[in-house]
Amino acid sequence: MADMLKRTSPPVASRPWLAPLPAATRYSLRGGAEARAAVAAAFGVEPPTQACRAASRGARSALWLGPDEHLLIAPESDGATLATALPAALAGVPHSLVDVSHRQVAFEVRGPHAEWLLAHGCPLDLDVAAFPVGMCTRTVFVKAEVLLWRTADDRFRIETWRSFTDYVITLLAETALELPA
Amino acid sequence: MLIIDCPYCGPRPELEFAHGGQAHIARPADPSQTTDDEWTEYLYLRVNTKGVYAERWRHARGCGRFFNALRDTTTDQFLATYRSGEKPPVGSAARSAP
Repeated sequence: MADMLKRTSPPVASRPWLAPLPAATRYSLRGGAEARAAVAAAFGVEPPTQACRAASRGARSALWLGPDEHLLIAPESDGATLATALPAALAGVPHSLVDVSHRQVAFEVRGPHAEWLLAHGCPLDLDVAAFPVGMCTRTVFVKAEVLLWRTADDRFRIETWRSFTDYVITLLAETALELPA
Repeated sequence: MLIIDCPYCGPRPELEFAHGGQAHIARPADPSQTTDDEWTEYLYLRVNTKGVYAERWRHARGCGRFFNALRDTTTDQFLATYRSGEKPPVGSAARSAP
């Protein structure tokens, strides 16, 4: 048990095409327009209503995951503030707010081959015309569920459940063997 | 791979979806008043259409939402998708719940 408590995020080794991203505070928000408005005021970012789009202000982001489901991402240091501010703002509004900070791990696939690497396991059209910067969605990478967010032409933020991280990165690394050295 | 048009997310690959059985089955308003036959019909009996079939699908690895689709069971072609609670597109030959 003590070992489990000490366990940290699975190590994501930096490679030319891969960068670990810092731990974050994450909230899963379910709710309608009223809940979105309450969160916009307390969180500082308005949860987008357009499908599969992310909105950011400073280091905080709100990602559309479903018509009544958003993921809020903030720096880890904001955790304590948000833990009181968000429930206070949402009091009296029908909603569900769940802290999922430690459920998933984030890393970035980047560089000129980012699209190509992800296309190995992801069935979506990742061309920038079909998957523009700012688009985010849950999808699959081979058999793992991942959250894919294009933050720049050649950068994707991937969030995946902790226990899937090794699986996803190992498969990416295997694909990367084909990259020119 | 089939491309299925999620009413919320747009066209997405089949891998992200889960099938949810026949659509438009209404739960009896007062189950305690139904006969065993009616309850059996509601719980277990489904049409097995050859042709256009209205069925539920869930975008399980995407937005997570259930929606309805019209699919031709002989060609596996999706003719239309629409949100839960909406009626099938007019003119469709889909059979609704018996």
